[in-house]
Amino acid sequence: MSKINGAQSLVNALEAAGVEVMFGIPGGAILPAYDPIFDSKIRHILVRHEQGAGHAATGYAQATGKVGVCIATSGPGATNLVTPLADAQMDSVPIVAITGQVPGPAIGTDAFQEADIRGVTMPVTKHNYLITDPADIPRAIAEAFHIASTGRPGAVLVDIAKDALQKETTFNYPKNVSLAGYNPVMEPKSEAISDAAALISQSKKPVLYVGGGVIKANAAKELLALAELTGVPVVTTLMARGAFPDSHKQHLGMPGMHGTVAAVTALQKADLLITLGARFDDRVTGKLSTFAPNAKIIHADIDPAEIGKNRHADVAVVGDLKNILRALVPATKAALAKSAPDLTPWLNEVYGWRKKFPLGYDKPSDGSVSPQYVIERIGKISGPDTIFAAGVGQHQMWASQFIGYEKPRTWLNSGGLGTMGYAVPAAMGAKVGAPDTTVWAIDGDGCFQMTNQELVTCALNNIPIKVAVINNESLGMVRQWQTLFYNQRYSNTDLHSKRIPDFKMLAEAMGCVGLRCETPGDVDKTIEAAMAINDRPVVVDFNVHRDAMVWPMVAAGTSNDDITVARSMAPVWDSQEL
Amino acid sequence: MAIHTLAVLVENSPGVLARVASLFSRRGYNIDSLAVGPTENPKVSRMTIVLNLEGHALDQVSAQLFKLVNVIGISEMKDSDSLKREILLVKVVNTPATKEIVSKHKAVISDEAAGTISIEAVGQSSEIEALLKELRPHGIRELVQSGLVALERGDKTLSDRTLSTMGTANESNPNSSTADYQN
Repeated sequence: MSKINGAQSLVNALEAAGVEVMFGIPGGAILPAYDPIFDSKIRHILVRHEQGAGHAATGYAQATGKVGVCIATSGPGATNLVTPLADAQMDSVPIVAITGQVPGPAIGTDAFQEADIRGVTMPVTKHNYLITDPADIPRAIAEAFHIASTGRPGAVLVDIAKDALQKETTFNYPKNVSLAGYNPVMEPKSEAISDAAALISQSKKPVLYVGGGVIKANAAKELLALAELTGVPVVTTLMARGAFPDSHKQHLGMPGMHGTVAAVTALQKADLLITLGARFDDRVTGKLSTFAPNAKIIHADIDPAEIGKNRHADVAVVGDLKNILRALVPATKAALAKSAPDLTPWLNEVYGWRKKFPLGYDKPSDGSVSPQYVIERIGKISGPDTIFAAGVGQHQMWASQFIGYEKPRTWLNSGGLGTMGYAVPAAMGAKVGAPDTTVWAIDGDGCFQMTNQELVTCALNNIPIKVAVINNESLGMVRQWQTLFYNQRYSNTDLHSKRIPDFKMLAEAMGCVGLRCETPGDVDKTIEAAMAINDRPVVVDFNVHRDAMVWPMVAAGTSNDDITVARSMAPVWDSQEL
Repeated sequence: MAIHTLAVLVENSPGVLARVASLFSRRGYNIDSLAVGPTENPKVSRMTIVLNLEGHALDQVSAQLFKLVNVIGISEMKDSDSLKREILLVKVVNTPATKEIVSKHKAVISDEAAGTISIEAVGQSSEIEALLKELRPHGIRELVQSGLVALERGDKTLSDRTLSTMGTANESNPNSSTADYQN
């Protein structure tokens, strides 16, 4: 076998793993790898900050279902990847990060640009590697892609010492990956399926509590089959938006802190939660001890550690959700043939709540632009084939609430870690993975100022994303909490970003088209103008009313029973509902 | 709170102890003791972890631990069906009284100097504690204790169950109500 260096072996391994694109920045320790990258068929996109590379890999992975790849040098290059690695791991997104490390003999000497990135990322990755022998490179890459993409997907880092990239080796890519301690369970146990079906057939007040796992497992079609077979109402968590069509008559919307009254209340009053790839996150449950107090729990997930972590499961079903749902549909059909409680009273109740407490917002009385309106119009004008990537904060919640999602992988956001600055680089990654799809980043003015440098990358690499900066001159969600819980003392949330920076000029300076919208009457035509530009990235600075708040709301740490639909306003229930 | 002992087989790879320690630290599990060492298989190390846990936490700890790629198998070592031993080395004043305590507890004097004796004892936690309780009034100069190690009684071995399948895809048992996880 011919001798090559470790760097060539790395690039061969990445090609063998099926990598089409990677996002990265070279530097000293990773430099040997960049020489063969120059000749590789893999597209390398030179980003402007490693954090952008990591979120781009995540956006690419979320939009395509493939493994996203980012690459950086040792020390600061690697530590700049920590946030996107933690982000991807929290949201179970398959990404692989390649980092250069100082040469083997220098490891542990506090060498220039040395950071123990394996140690640093241990708690925020699914697994990681430090490679000092070039012979180990192909196996480590094969294992990294296997671990990232199978079971519960996640982030894997492969740190490679510079001298391992330089030394001679032979390339031998393993055909199969076999790991003694890693064998995710794919097939559910048949007893668990029949127990789940039996519970469904006995329930009078069931809810399908759908999480991001359904999207990860590409099981939206199977979910639809179960929902339509049973007629059970559906809630989709922040990570699951698009897993079930928003337009479907059984859909109640998003549960949780800013969920719909119908979704939150249905979970609270249910006698059974059919939990699919969701994890009883505190943003969904509110005060855990008061969450869904009368409900039995079916918990289906590929990760056994999620079962019983936050809430006891009456029936645990461990496996791949596609397999689970394929087994559960016929089992439920058979169980319902024997006994099928009449769901009509329950459905009347939940659909009544949906009708009575729809999502809504007030138009500002001063004639300024309502942020919810902007986001709603972008969703309407751009349509359900569009991919939307949001930052974190009020605009994220509104983008979840007021855009209708019909398909999986059209809604990307940082749900678990809540990473401000996610939107622009994630949209970039999504657009690279789905070049023929319109990709909108719905961003806030605070988030946008954290990662907008990647618009340069977009402009130079023909990645024409569209960015809506929902500019309320504030760290809006923090300001909302200050309004509600800190006596309107707006400590350090005023960004003064109406004109500094001038987002329109900033966009132009980065090679994008910059647009601005300041009046409600201009919203549609500005969106349409942005939609008409496809040869360059577009940034629209939407100047919006700064006091708009996200409703409904369940205050942190309180019970879902105490949901408010507007400030200090509990839903007005009919007496029989309470 | 209750004390549980877990035997954990791990791949003998760099950083594996840090992975386990990091997991316990970030999830807030309290380790009473941890002993790690080689096994009959050079590719595998065995950890014995003693934990103080509430309620259902054992299943959760085991499930989280089992998610570590380098963890091959986990088994709870119950008092009823396992041998549990700790090692104590303790330096006390050299007097007839302390020597009498040593012989009473079937411990061994491993080193004797003019002023002190160094005592070696192997036993269950309760035996070690009983010895220390009697020695304490006489003045303990220095003591060191190993973490507890545990081995199943009878013909069964944890290694047999896990290592026979090492390297082959084999379903684990996440629906099990016990803390046993095997690959």
